[in-house]
Amino acid sequence: MNGKTVMACIEAAHATLKQNTDEIALLDQQIGDGDHIFNLLRGMEALLAARGEIEAAAFGPSLDVAAAKVLSTVGGSSGPLFFSLLSGMSKSAATHALDVPGFSGIFAAGVDAVGQRGKTGVGSKTMMDVLIPVANRYRELVAAGASARALLDELPRVAHVHMLATRDMLATKGRASFLGERSRGHIDPGARSSELMIAAVCAYLAQRIE
Amino acid sequence: MKKFINHVDDFLAESLAGFAAAHADLVVLNNEPVFVRRKVLKPGKVALVSGGGSGHEPLHSGFVGHGMLDAACPGQIFTSPTPDQMMAAAMAVDTGPGVLFIVKNYSGDVMNFEMASEMSEVQNAIVLINDDVAVEDSSYTTGRRGVAGTVIVEKLVGSMAESGASLEQCKAFGDRINKRTASMGVAFTSCVVPAAGTRTFKIGDDEIEVGVGIHGEPGRRRAKMAPADTIVAELLSAIVDDLKPQADAELLVLVNGLGGTPLGELYLLFNSTRAWLRQRGLNIGRAQVGALTTSLEMAGASITLSVLDDEMKTHWDSAVHTPSLRWGM
Repeated sequence: MNGKTVMACIEAAHATLKQNTDEIALLDQQIGDGDHIFNLLRGMEALLAARGEIEAAAFGPSLDVAAAKVLSTVGGSSGPLFFSLLSGMSKSAATHALDVPGFSGIFAAGVDAVGQRGKTGVGSKTMMDVLIPVANRYRELVAAGASARALLDELPRVAHVHMLATRDMLATKGRASFLGERSRGHIDPGARSSELMIAAVCAYLAQRIE
Repeated sequence: MKKFINHVDDFLAESLAGFAAAHADLVVLNNEPVFVRRKVLKPGKVALVSGGGSGHEPLHSGFVGHGMLDAACPGQIFTSPTPDQMMAAAMAVDTGPGVLFIVKNYSGDVMNFEMASEMSEVQNAIVLINDDVAVEDSSYTTGRRGVAGTVIVEKLVGSMAESGASLEQCKAFGDRINKRTASMGVAFTSCVVPAAGTRTFKIGDDEIEVGVGIHGEPGRRRAKMAPADTIVAELLSAIVDDLKPQADAELLVLVNGLGGTPLGELYLLFNSTRAWLRQRGLNIGRAQVGALTTSLEMAGASITLSVLDDEMKTHWDSAVHTPSLRWGM
């Protein structure tokens, strides 16, 4: 894994967000203010524009470059949260093996950093309701000795199930929290965009190991 | 969608360029990163920096100038600005005694300003504004929103900073004003975010959203259209329940338009407000009527009350010269 891998994952994430723009915008208009997907796409476009810098760097530093770009272009809640994910992963890259099992620790460090910045765990109807279960299942599977193929197969399913579970939750963080009970019955747009990006990155990595 | 737009992606840049050109005697626009700053700084004064999503004009850029802000960081429409904007603005306007960030309580604004506060090399503090009583306050949730009461904090703390107060004094004053200030709004129509191109929420011709937020977030309830006096009574009851002013309290009243309501209607609201307060023995010490914290083209209004003390009165009356608030100079 290196900067080129990171760039390819960014491209996969960008493609899925583009494909699902209307759906995420609609989810966000129902319980937020409709800007989530546009903020993410603005960040993704900045990352695509920084291709040279990202591809030239080693794995950890390339995530740091991406984190800084995200922080200065995305804004809203997504800016600091995705910065924390990428920056947390970058910081832990030096102490983990850069392979699919080692990446479980790196991903978990990124998710921890998001939780600290957003002061949120599971159950608040946010992206954390996808990120935390995926990070936990990832570690369990690695501990059980699962193959890379099995991991990349299973994690998108975990993300999907937990994304759907946000539908019945009461939002207590972010703009959706202002709806109170009226937030129930709608999938959280941040959970959906996180799930889509996880699925896209897993699909790219699965195709690479074939 | 009918809006004065050339290309939707250029909306903010073109609007800010026009703003800076129209008020070139007072402000300077910095690009990359974007912020608006005072043309002339006052050396040795604590600097006030605010910011937030655009679409609430004149908040915040319209309040950059003598007696209020030193810099404002506009984000995309309804989207928090980024930490690099805030750090660059703080660096540009700090003359030594530090920077006070004035932040409306939304998850995005809070996180971006917190990061700027942590990473900035400039000594700084944050005042968090959460005056909207439509949303219940709770440490478990995001809590109350920051709305039009922000203008009052920017005016009063801005004046205190001009008088030579320290960063700690300005921060304490800001926190105190926030505690003594409460607001609630009502919407008749939805705003339209340019990038989305459609109404943020649907509302019938005979319906109103009581307790609406300044991004079109829902409030306490959807109600049928009613006479102005009835609507004012509901807003003021909620505000007074929260503030619990003493019987002889003097109040600062701000009747704020949300963007699509004519000034004539806002004055009618002020008249209703006056009558309601008088019946309850509450005095109006100071008043301000106008569209100061808007939500794009939303029709509707909010009412803000601040319980005044002598220090607050002095700082409200002091001279101010910004693009959108000016008296005494």
